[in-house]
Amino acid sequence: MRADRRTGGRADCDRRAFFTAVAGALFLSARPPVRPTAQGPDSLPGTGPAGRLWDPARAGRPLEPVNAADNDAAIQAIEKQLHCTCGCNLDVYTCRTTDFTCTVSPAMHQHVVGLAERGMTGQQIIDQFVREHGVAILMAPPKRGFNLAGYFVPSVLIVAAGLVLTLVLRRWARTAAPDRVSAGPVAPAGTSEELERLRGELDRLSV
Amino acid sequence: MTLLGNLALWLALLVGIWGALAGFVGGLKDRPDLARSARHAVFAMCAALLVAVVSLEWALFQHDFNVEYVAAYTSRNLPVFYTWSALYAGQKGSLLFWATVLSVFGSLALVLTPRHHRALLPHVAGVVSLVAAFFISVMLFGQANPFQRLPYTPLDGNGLNPQLQNPGMVFHPPMLYLGYISITIPFAFAIAALLSKRLDTDWLVAIRKWTLLSWLFLSIGICLGMWWAYVELGWGGYWAWDPVENASLLPWLTMTAFLHSVMIQEKRGMLKKWNLALIIGSWLLSIFGTFITRSGVISSVHSFTQSSVGYFFLAFLIVMGTASFALYANRLPLLSAEAQLESMVSREASFLFNNLLFIGIAFSVLWGTLFPILSELVQGTKVTVGPPFFNQVNIPLGLALLALTGIGPLIAWRRASVPNLQRQFAVPGTVGLFTALILLVAGMRDFYALMAIGLGGFVVGTVVQEFARGARARHRQYGEGYALALGRLIARNRRRYGGYIVHTGIVILFVAFAGMAFKTETEASLRPGESASIRSPYGWTYRLTHLGISQYDALNRQVTAATLEVSRDGKRLGVLTTEKRQHVDALGRPTFQPSTEVGIRSDLREDLYVVLGGVVNGTEQAVFRFTINPLVWWVWYGGMIVALGGLIVMWPGGSPAAKRSQAGYAVRLVGEP
Repeated sequence: MRADRRTGGRADCDRRAFFTAVAGALFLSARPPVRPTAQGPDSLPGTGPAGRLWDPARAGRPLEPVNAADNDAAIQAIEKQLHCTCGCNLDVYTCRTTDFTCTVSPAMHQHVVGLAERGMTGQQIIDQFVREHGVAILMAPPKRGFNLAGYFVPSVLIVAAGLVLTLVLRRWARTAAPDRVSAGPVAPAGTSEELERLRGELDRLSV
Repeated sequence: MTLLGNLALWLALLVGIWGALAGFVGGLKDRPDLARSARHAVFAMCAALLVAVVSLEWALFQHDFNVEYVAAYTSRNLPVFYTWSALYAGQKGSLLFWATVLSVFGSLALVLTPRHHRALLPHVAGVVSLVAAFFISVMLFGQANPFQRLPYTPLDGNGLNPQLQNPGMVFHPPMLYLGYISITIPFAFAIAALLSKRLDTDWLVAIRKWTLLSWLFLSIGICLGMWWAYVELGWGGYWAWDPVENASLLPWLTMTAFLHSVMIQEKRGMLKKWNLALIIGSWLLSIFGTFITRSGVISSVHSFTQSSVGYFFLAFLIVMGTASFALYANRLPLLSAEAQLESMVSREASFLFNNLLFIGIAFSVLWGTLFPILSELVQGTKVTVGPPFFNQVNIPLGLALLALTGIGPLIAWRRASVPNLQRQFAVPGTVGLFTALILLVAGMRDFYALMAIGLGGFVVGTVVQEFARGARARHRQYGEGYALALGRLIARNRRRYGGYIVHTGIVILFVAFAGMAFKTETEASLRPGESASIRSPYGWTYRLTHLGISQYDALNRQVTAATLEVSRDGKRLGVLTTEKRQHVDALGRPTFQPSTEVGIRSDLREDLYVVLGGVVNGTEQAVFRFTINPLVWWVWYGGMIVALGGLIVMWPGGSPAAKRSQAGYAVRLVGEP
């Protein structure tokens, strides 16, 4: 078979070759897309010395290698109670592991590590920071004095409002009950099947 | 075009002032000519503000850096997508956006509100004009004019903050703004009802769609904000109890309370005073949120730069709050209930307790947000109120609210009998208990997580039971197949079953929040070829091998990208890339500090979250933070389901019976007078 091309030219192509070509093209196009992330294991570089970057300034502030104190759970727990003073509203740990342009949180981290190395406990380190910076250094106000109002006013008000609401609702319910009684006995005007159907309808309509 | 924009702003201000005067006088004096004029004033103000928006967008796209706003928030190499969104990226532009969207919503409200509510419309036009005129006057008199020119023309602009160059940031602020702004329409109807003394259920019917729309926009805006914070800020979480985040949550809480309590007014004619107070309060909280983000009174990473604009908002908040509640107090005698609560064990009572918790949580969030100022006033010491405080106060309240989410639908309206309660609670209660028990046996010991997931099981049990009973009833009554019955059940009772879908989304969100209790993280500095391991709370171990660092230039940034190969328990999963981006202007000058682009590998169980901290001594040895965040995808799915449920509730139509019950149809039982 000869297939005429629109350009006017002619191509020598028999039916089998044509269908083979079409099937081949379909097979190739139907293959699952290659995920750009699927690199082979041979792409792993060696473990030699790290090369120098073309422009290190683009990678932000130069950092020190991570040491054991950076991942120390006790140090992290202390830092999560301390407020970074760079203006970020984050705790020291989150700031130093998030905003790597910040120079305040790494300095505070070094201070925490230094105090820990001097044998201070977590509470002593926190107290030391409070002495140096005031209570605003804590991520939550200490539970004493006026700060207790901060912790307990919402809960106390909600409980009080709940009690008042309960009393009011009980009073309303009591006043409503005699009204219902005075309205006379309710005579079910239907069989139990009809009442069940009515209940179903009301259930269906209620929002 | 900036001259045109300026003229449009002045015209909009004058028309807005006229619209407010004509609306209120026309409504109070029953003058149709003034009422008509107020309506036209809203349309004219809308047209003028749209001209101002087009003028500003024109200046942005023309790179007219002589305009201070254009120079401050764009650069020649900023992608088109973000050049468009620069409209609301800065304080001045966002004020224009606010006023414009409000005038569009106001115009739509005036056009779409059915004719039988027309007595309210002059006042609605008055309130919309007044609020929009306030925003325009802040722009013109509060040194916030987006068309202000510089005495010179810079070669290029500063560009947009890199953290705002994220698709989430293109959609999140407008969604939140739409939520905030659309609350003005229900507020305008509430004030109109108070002024015109038409305080029956009619005004509630007029605002039903608007309250849902506002709630939906706020919900989507908050979820998008969480997503943006998670993928862009790099701290590994999505909610930090920041004052600006809290400001968006406050009106959402009060609007959600309203959406529940309004059902009691519609069905029983009760809680009229409460519902009006909730609408007024929600609107004031939306203005409070705007004040917080623009005043600088409370430090926040999200807020605009500190400016005098905050004082305008504070004054407006005080004046409008005083005026609204004075009017409200004056009309209290007209707001008596048409029915009384009959039993403590009724759906009405459960909704009241649900409202108490919503308002309680809103109060505790507001209290915590303002406590640093209060502490400074009372004890002269500023304190920090961060996540530990908010979690301690709000988690128990949130769990109580979750419990009520399951309890409310199980209790009958008016009065529930003991057999009815037993029948209703048996299945959901068992599901909740079994869920908690299974987790306990599996080794979960975190109390709050256990409670959240156990109560989640209870609420899902409630929702499934409601759907199953409804579908079974239709199957029996109409002989429909179960799938068809379920579809028609939802279609005929969109408000009820859409609400249950929202509840399901909320459960998913709570479960996702509980997942963060099991977050693990570690830091490592790796040379190419070196690996670090991190153990997942599910028990498996991820191994991350540093493949190397590449540096290249992109459109408006210089990129340093670190690539890591990820495997889990020895099985290779693929590679992850995390970047440092140094944004530059068209002249190649750095515009901001380098920002971080997080690498995230997600599945339904957990996210592996990788942050490139930087490099050691200019080499390929890189510092990374690896975090495993369980169940984060559930937050996004939960948000989507909440939005889907909201859309179903809002969708027009529904059965005539359901419409009747929503329009103040009070159910009367056999034998009742």
